[in-house]
Amino acid sequence: MSFEPKILGIACNWCTYTGADLAGTTRLQYPQNLRVVRVMCSSRINPSFIFRAFQLGADGVLIGGCHPGDCHYNTGNLYARRRLAVTKKILEFSGLEPGRFRVEWISASEGNKFAEVVTEFTAQIKSLGPQTKFKISQ
Amino acid sequence: MSRIGVFVCHCGLNIAKTVRVSELAEFAATLPDVVVAKDYKFMCSTPGQEMIVNDIKQHKLDRIIVTACSPLMHEQTFRKVLTASGLNQYLLTIVNIREQVSWVTHDIEEGTAKAKALLNGAVYRSRLLVPLTSRVIDVNPNVMVVGGGIAGIQAALELANTGKKVYLVEKNSTIGGHMAQFDKTFPTLDCSACILTPKMDAVLQHKNITMMTSCEVSEVKGFVGNFDITVRQKARYVDHSKCNACLACTEKCPGKGISEWDESLVKRKAIYIPFPQAVPQKPIIDKESCTFFKKGKCRLCEKACEQKAIDFEQQDTFVQVKVGAVILATGFDLMDTKPLVQYGYGKYPGVYNALEVERLFNSAGPTGGKVTLRDGSEPKSIAILHCIGSRDKNNHEHCSRVCCMYSLKFAHLFKEKTSADVYHFYIDMRAAGKGYEEFYNRIIEEDVKFIRGKGARVAQSADEPGRLVVEAEDTITGKFIKLPVDMVVLSPAIVPRADARDIARLFNLSTDKQGFFMERHPKLAPLSTMSEGIFIAGVCQSPKDIPDTVAQAYGAAAEALTIVVRDKMELEATTAMVNPASCCGCQNCVRVCPYGAPSYNAEKKVSEINEALCKGCGLCASVCPSSAIIARHFTNDQVLAEMEGLMEF
Ligand SMILES: Cc1cc2nc3c(=O)[nH]c(=O)nc-3n(C[C@H](O)[C@H](O)[C@H](O)COP(=O)(O)OP(=O)(O)OC[C@H]3O[C@@H](n4cnc5c(N)ncnc54)[C@H](O)[C@@H]3O)c2cc1C
Ligand code: SF4
Ligand code: SF4
Ligand code: SF4
Ligand code: FES
Repeated sequence: MSFEPKILGIACNWCTYTGADLAGTTRLQYPQNLRVVRVMCSSRINPSFIFRAFQLGADGVLIGGCHPGDCHYNTGNLYARRRLAVTKKILEFSGLEPGRFRVEWISASEGNKFAEVVTEFTAQIKSLGPQTKFKISQ
Repeated sequence: MSRIGVFVCHCGLNIAKTVRVSELAEFAATLPDVVVAKDYKFMCSTPGQEMIVNDIKQHKLDRIIVTACSPLMHEQTFRKVLTASGLNQYLLTIVNIREQVSWVTHDIEEGTAKAKALLNGAVYRSRLLVPLTSRVIDVNPNVMVVGGGIAGIQAALELANTGKKVYLVEKNSTIGGHMAQFDKTFPTLDCSACILTPKMDAVLQHKNITMMTSCEVSEVKGFVGNFDITVRQKARYVDHSKCNACLACTEKCPGKGISEWDESLVKRKAIYIPFPQAVPQKPIIDKESCTFFKKGKCRLCEKACEQKAIDFEQQDTFVQVKVGAVILATGFDLMDTKPLVQYGYGKYPGVYNALEVERLFNSAGPTGGKVTLRDGSEPKSIAILHCIGSRDKNNHEHCSRVCCMYSLKFAHLFKEKTSADVYHFYIDMRAAGKGYEEFYNRIIEEDVKFIRGKGARVAQSADEPGRLVVEAEDTITGKFIKLPVDMVVLSPAIVPRADARDIARLFNLSTDKQGFFMERHPKLAPLSTMSEGIFIAGVCQSPKDIPDTVAQAYGAAAEALTIVVRDKMELEATTAMVNPASCCGCQNCVRVCPYGAPSYNAEKKVSEINEALCKGCGLCASVCPSSAIIARHFTNDQVLAEMEGLMEF
């Protein structure tokens, strides 16, 4: 059987989650490996969520927020952007393959972009194979 | 131990087609703390809702999971079901298996598997939910309307007539918008000024409307029910409280500017009102074209003004306005057709855009309503080119909706005012509206020629200097034609205002692919936005004609009224709070919060969050080194539990 990765998504309510809904309303098709957690703003995302996701066995983690400057909470995602960039560095420093963690700014009207990103990211994680670095086996 | 009820919706076949719903319900029944799990055809229908109410009572449920469409769709619907059953509304969890599962796959295996994982995550999260109390706030009864075109005017009048106070903010020196530039309106051909100017005057006279012309919104604070908006009053250099609108100043003024109102076809004075029926009738000075501002000498207007209203020292001022709701009605621009060099706009004097032509028809316009070319001669043949930049994937994919109709209106007016031959170059004739097809038929009878094919190029005539040649493929005969004409009218795409994105940012709105303001739901909430208390009306939402614009304005006024009619309203309880026992007093939260909600209590050496200011983004919770901040409804534990559930399957 081919490898079907588990991908965890965390999306802000106002842009990326709405964009994901739009992808559905317009019936765009994308792989079903992604499971999305909705938070109000990408700035809610604590780096520990991301580490935890990899521990829980996520093969990839995709974060989605509003375009910088368009955050529903004005400056929220500017903090998120910096924090997530550092998180990525720490993850990679700790040995995670660079392609497994991605941050994308997807607006409420970018259903197409959401579907494209998920499709592409899923393919990338498939080619990387299962994530073992952080996974804690139960 | 909690007692969870899971309700799986089929949504007809919308979900059931690619998710095995009964299997999902059976799966749910095996999950921890799940007491009942059922599936039903339409969970949001009355029988569906009653089923939930009954099960809450019968099984003493204390958590509800509805596995259905997006929470953005029906979270409020199901929250009401919980409230009606005596359960706290925040004990509801929605699992989105329609927009984010069944609609994005054709594979029922994949769909069912993903739905199970999402449901499992919801169960984990649900167990950790706690009841929350909504905040109750006082509502400010006033409304702001931004944009004084027909949409803003209509909305302002409706609201003012209900007794509410309205602030109408208009960036121009007059209200009226595009409609005030037209001579006649399709399909009835009634005179635009005759139906609009009485409304403009009603705005001026209305005791409940504060008209704020030459004004722009510069800052928006607060939230639904309590917006605190800063408006920049641009310097007019004329004190309107003294000016009695005699306009003696304008007669004396030697300054010359380009008339924006007349689409740059003529000059105007430096101190001016845009057009004779402008509201207010009081002038402003355009700094760029004023001799005094440019050269330091002149002040003739000052001498002419008996009221001593001229004030060269005037500065921009800022006015603070508090309102409970806002309607945005900022309208549209026409696409700049200069970059479409093949049409020669801006290069050949005989090429006009649609708004310029509107001004030529207008009896108050630059030619007094006579159709003449820039050299003063009357055109003998005129080509009207539809869909310039619209319905064009390289420019704007959307149909601008009104161009077919105003192009037909132009044809009629050209026939009325000149003896010219009139040709239409069109892709399709779109006449879907009340009386539109009839209008089209009427124009056909007026000896207007229709060529089915998009104008491809406008060139200078090689044989007759000064004349133009329109090139196109007639898709009915399949022939390539070259038609010599004296005048070409472009019907350009209707596009969002140049500053639409800035406005969207100020009010926290999303814009659609074309840049128009995005509505909350394309069908069911076309006038509300994702920002509570902010509504939209008119062409700022998408291209439309005057009747549709006016209908939206009434609708937006009614929507705004549903907020400001109340004394108090409930706000989401999903704010953040500090647990003083864990707070180390680092003040990270104080520094990052976009709304200044946290503050440091020096006496207790901990930070505290003012719930009234908090909007619940959760930013502070993720920068708190001591995990002292609880982001209600999105706590660390709740999010981590959901993740754990999601990753299990
Ligand atoms: C050439 C042409 C001919 C047309 N002819 C007809 C016709 O015959 N019949 C018909 O039914 N429809 C016609 N239409 C469509 C009609 O113009 C629109 O339906 C109507 O004008 C929309 O009104 P509105 O109030 O939404 O926008 P607008 O008329 O654009 O008014 C918007 C107002 O908001 C102001 N504003 C913009 N930004 C800001 C800001 N940031 N702050 C404050 N104020 C701001 C503007 O100055 C303006 O006063 C025509 C359109 C065109 C282009
Ligand atoms: S100072 Fe002179 S140029 Fe300037 S507005 Fe007055 S009259 Fe016109
Ligand atoms: S960030 Fe946390 S620890 Fe620091 S002051 Fe705020 S609540 Fe206290
Ligand atoms: S959640 Fe925190 S950062 Fe966000 S608005 Fe409330 S107090 Fe400010
Ligand atoms: S709300 Fe989308 S990133 Fe802040």
